[in-house]
Amino acid sequence: MSTTTPVQPAPGAPRGAAPDDEAGGPSGGGRVGAGSFSPRQLLAALPTAVRKLDPRDQVRHPVMMVVWVGSVATTVLAVLDPSVFAVLVAAWLWATVLFGGLAEAVAEGRGRAQADSLRRARATTTARRLRADGTEEEVAAPELHVGDLVVVEAGQVVPGDGDVVEGVASVDESAVTGESAPVVRESGGDRSSVTGGTTVLSDRIVVRVTAEPGASFLDRMIALVEGSSRAKTPNERALDLLLSSLTLVFLLAVVTLQPFSAYSGQAQPLVVLVALLVCLIPTTIGALLSAIGIAGMDRLVQRNVLAMSGRAVEAAGDVDVLLLDKTGTITYGARRATALLPAPGVGADELAAAARLASVADETPEGRSVVALVDAGDDDAPGARATAAEGDLVEVPFTAQTRMSGVDLGPGSPGGARSVRKGAAASVLAWVRAEGGGASPAVDAAVEDVARRGGTPLVVAERADGAPARVLGVVQLEDVVKEGMAARFAELRRMGIRTVMVTGDNPVTAAAIARQAGVDDVIAEATPEDKLARIRAEQTGGHLVAMTGDGTNDAPALAQADVGVAMGSGTSAAKEAGNMVDLDSDPTKLIEVVAIGKQLLITRGALTTFSLANDVAKYFAILPALFAGLFPGLEALDVMHLATPQSAVLSAVVFNALVIVALIPLALRGVRYRPADASSLLRRNLLVFGLGGVVAPFVGIKALDLLLSLLPGIG
Amino acid sequence: MSDAAAGALQVAVLVAALLAAQGPLGAWIARSLSSTRHLALERAVYRVAGVDPDADMRWPVYARSVLVLSAVSVLLLYGLQRVQAALPLALGLPGVPAPTAWNTAVSFVTNTNWQSYSGETAMGHLVQAGGLAVQNFLSAAVGVSVAVALVRGFTRSRTDRLGSFWADLVRTCVRVLLPLSLVAALVLLLGGVVQNLAEPTTVTTLTGGEQTLVGGPVASQEAIKELGTNGGGFYNANSAHPFEGPSAWVSLLQVFLLLLIPFSMPAALGRLVGDRRQGHLLLAVMGGLWLLAVTAVTWAETAGRGLAPQAAGAAMEGKEVRFGEALSALFAASTTATSTGAVNSFHDSYTAAGGGVLLLNMMLGEVTPGGVGSGLYGMLVLAVVAVFLAGLMVGRTPELLGKKIGPRQMVLVALSVLTMPALLLVGAALTAGVPALVGASVQDAGPHGLSEVLYAYASAANNNGSAFAGFGAATTYQDTALGVVMLLGRFVPVVLVLALAGSLARQTAVPAGAGTLSTRSPVFGVLLAVVVVVVAGLTFVPALALAPLAEALS
Repeated sequence: MSTTTPVQPAPGAPRGAAPDDEAGGPSGGGRVGAGSFSPRQLLAALPTAVRKLDPRDQVRHPVMMVVWVGSVATTVLAVLDPSVFAVLVAAWLWATVLFGGLAEAVAEGRGRAQADSLRRARATTTARRLRADGTEEEVAAPELHVGDLVVVEAGQVVPGDGDVVEGVASVDESAVTGESAPVVRESGGDRSSVTGGTTVLSDRIVVRVTAEPGASFLDRMIALVEGSSRAKTPNERALDLLLSSLTLVFLLAVVTLQPFSAYSGQAQPLVVLVALLVCLIPTTIGALLSAIGIAGMDRLVQRNVLAMSGRAVEAAGDVDVLLLDKTGTITYGARRATALLPAPGVGADELAAAARLASVADETPEGRSVVALVDAGDDDAPGARATAAEGDLVEVPFTAQTRMSGVDLGPGSPGGARSVRKGAAASVLAWVRAEGGGASPAVDAAVEDVARRGGTPLVVAERADGAPARVLGVVQLEDVVKEGMAARFAELRRMGIRTVMVTGDNPVTAAAIARQAGVDDVIAEATPEDKLARIRAEQTGGHLVAMTGDGTNDAPALAQADVGVAMGSGTSAAKEAGNMVDLDSDPTKLIEVVAIGKQLLITRGALTTFSLANDVAKYFAILPALFAGLFPGLEALDVMHLATPQSAVLSAVVFNALVIVALIPLALRGVRYRPADASSLLRRNLLVFGLGGVVAPFVGIKALDLLLSLLPGIG
Repeated sequence: MSDAAAGALQVAVLVAALLAAQGPLGAWIARSLSSTRHLALERAVYRVAGVDPDADMRWPVYARSVLVLSAVSVLLLYGLQRVQAALPLALGLPGVPAPTAWNTAVSFVTNTNWQSYSGETAMGHLVQAGGLAVQNFLSAAVGVSVAVALVRGFTRSRTDRLGSFWADLVRTCVRVLLPLSLVAALVLLLGGVVQNLAEPTTVTTLTGGEQTLVGGPVASQEAIKELGTNGGGFYNANSAHPFEGPSAWVSLLQVFLLLLIPFSMPAALGRLVGDRRQGHLLLAVMGGLWLLAVTAVTWAETAGRGLAPQAAGAAMEGKEVRFGEALSALFAASTTATSTGAVNSFHDSYTAAGGGVLLLNMMLGEVTPGGVGSGLYGMLVLAVVAVFLAGLMVGRTPELLGKKIGPRQMVLVALSVLTMPALLLVGAALTAGVPALVGASVQDAGPHGLSEVLYAYASAANNNGSAFAGFGAATTYQDTALGVVMLLGRFVPVVLVLALAGSLARQTAVPAGAGTLSTRSPVFGVLLAVVVVVVAGLTFVPALALAPLAEALS
């Protein structure tokens, strides 16, 4: 069993996040905060926004397409029959379309910077492809195909995604993950995948290419952060349909208004009808809808999570069952020493001393925890023991091959020349046998006992010069539940999410840890098949399941789960199967992913409600302006006492356009989300965006009217 | 007792009676329609009709069955009217002209009961009892069947079956409508509503003039006219005719009858989905909006704006002068809120504001509480819209009664919600926009005339059937156009609702959790009510501003 954790999660190291991004790190207060936004981004996005005036771009957004057509129509009308009013209405309708494009451009622009830095990593490299006969040939990276074998040596860039089939190497993956600590990649097992664009730091590996050029992980990342591969999600399509049908309703209402108006004695100017239509249709949400979606993905990217589709982000908001691996997620993946079990005939002190000696060179949390345990249990002379070994000591570091660490002491040391080893039971026992030692049934029993209780047994052994090696005893490592987990699970419960802990532990240990952590359910002695079966069972019951995983044997479960977050350190099979990849490999991030998913939906709902609520005030502004000439009694509806009919209509149009710009920051940041039960969330958001949406335009339109009525030809 | 107190008292009595009745009746409807047994009478009907009552239908089959039954009904009814002269019990009346026959056939099959003819002087007893009354039963039963099929979409999981239309139809008739009608007819008979198959009686009046009194099977038809939210009166004067509405308490009873089944459907829903509080919420939303309308109309009619109303104490012109203003207002608000269209006063004569509320009542889409069955499915469709907004605002893919609302559901719901406004606005705009049509049908000039046009098309598109009397509907164009509007206004939503039911039934039910938005909470109720009012309000405010609003504010 490994005593090191090759990749430590890097909590709170968001890449590319601005300093004022309060929520880059784990969100302590349970709030999902916002991405950054600065007015400068608006200016930078302006050229792109202007390009988006192209109707071929607009046709993707049915609501904005109507505004576009309205802009063309009013422009023609303003040219045919010029007046200050007609020209201003036409201009502001174009501004409405422009602002919609601006929102989208700003959202996309934020991803583009990240994409550029990723592109640099993809810079053309050459690959050393192995021919069938074992000789090498130089080819350009884009010419590699699935199944090709390439050699990568220290200092070279991995030319494409693939699995290591031969060798071990440390790899710098910072180009992709932003994490600067190198990771170990080796053939076989769950750490065999390498990503194109990363750099091998040491050794030589042979990689079998698993992605066609253009379809690599890096390519997909670039496409994702740029938003270029964005397809509309189911919820987005459903909302689009609702908005389109509302647009149709208003189109009907406005088109039929003309015969009614004519019947009543006076047809309306077309410019005014177009203005009315544009004010009524849900332009606010229509203009911001795609920006909200892009920004949602972007918020994930800022947390180093890549969603392979917007659908996955939305599904995250719906998840109601969370499958979490115990180790590394609920408990510190780094286990801690909790007991020393001496072999028969070995004193407790002797074992403690040897265990400590074997661990001083071990900088892993496990190693440090052994030192801490021994020092805590023996206060008298920790310093003496530590210095005893100095002078003639050779550290034997942990390697992936030996799976143990220790020290070799020279003849000058107090106990004479000897070697001390500590490590996974099987490896150390094999070392003991190789060094002439024998097995000890009592130690084997202790190892089994620790393992059965869910702990990890480490065996400590020593070989004095000339004598056969002997086993000294067992160090029991145990998982400790992370601080704050119980609170997080309680929070999840409030959000309506049930947590299920998955562990290979036996039921007794599993239940004990589950109680400590406060999870709702536990699957003990779980095999990957159990995981898959559980996911299927939950889904059959109508639940949406999220899980994290990194191993190849997690792949089926990741693929089956509605939200499968593959760890960036995981195998390419896992990354292929999941619909999100967490580059930080931090399994607790699922909680944030869920919150971001919810936030995305809430932002859409809030702006839709706001957009519709705005119509009330617009009716009060425009209808009296339209009909007061016909029926003076309708003046009574002019509660805002707007200056003139032209000023009223124009104020509504200008308000309608400006509100889009005003809401771009909200669309990009997302509405704040605080875990709470559904009814109180609904009440709050209805108050803020429903009632606020009714009131805001009354104030805004009146203010604009005061300003616009100063214009000649309007006031 | 003051007028206001009397009005409040009769509303209170009515509400108490409805509250007491809706629970048991809803439970009975739910039980009848989820039964596994067939009654002997039902078996006989199935045998005669040659249908299999145990065939569990997919939604297209269910929809096709509804459409086939309705098409056959329209043809039969049309034929019956055309050849009336050759039939027995025709009272010597001639065959009905083609446009009127078409309009009437469609009108009764769609549960609209718009009458462009004059009741007793156009239709003989056979057509009235054998044609129109039969459709009163069938069209109401179709509404209940479609509503129940939609509810099955919510309750069933991973199936493409919605139940048997024939069993639903026959059971609604045999177990719900027939027994209720029988009791209601007897009570009406006791109250003085006539029931005979006699030839018209000619009497000499006090002044020496001659008057022909037409009797007929009135009580029996009256019962289902109200219970089935049909509204087609035996007499032209509808429930204002002394033979059809002989006394104040009978008039109040008629209001009770026409509200009874629509207000019981939420309870039936609650039973069928196993969540009675869900039924209570829908009942509260429907009832709240209905009460609001009753209050508004009563206020508008009694507040006494204008000279004549002040002199009379209320706007009494065209009202049920025998029973007072309050009962007229209550009847009018209820008949427009239930898609019944029966009247005991003439809506054309209401004040601009009062008439505007009646118009708006229909424009809400007939969901407060709406027609028999159609009110429930209409409300559920709007609940999907509300839940969609609400779901987004709490951060979950919206779900209603455990079923997710995705793009497919939204398409069906959006089209269904769009149908009525489209038919109403386009229909009314065509008439208002063509001077020849205005001249032929619109009696009054100015905003009141526009109200007449809007009212006619609101009534047709919503299958209500009541009318502003000033509107001349008996022209070939209006007969035809209104017939088309009624047909589309009924069956386009029916097909879409059944498709929705089919798409919902296929889904796995999502169990409710803490993150699920409760659709039984008061806050959702408020949202639903707001959606009902705002969707209609935003659509129709411009038109209303030119019609009742302009009239009321001038």
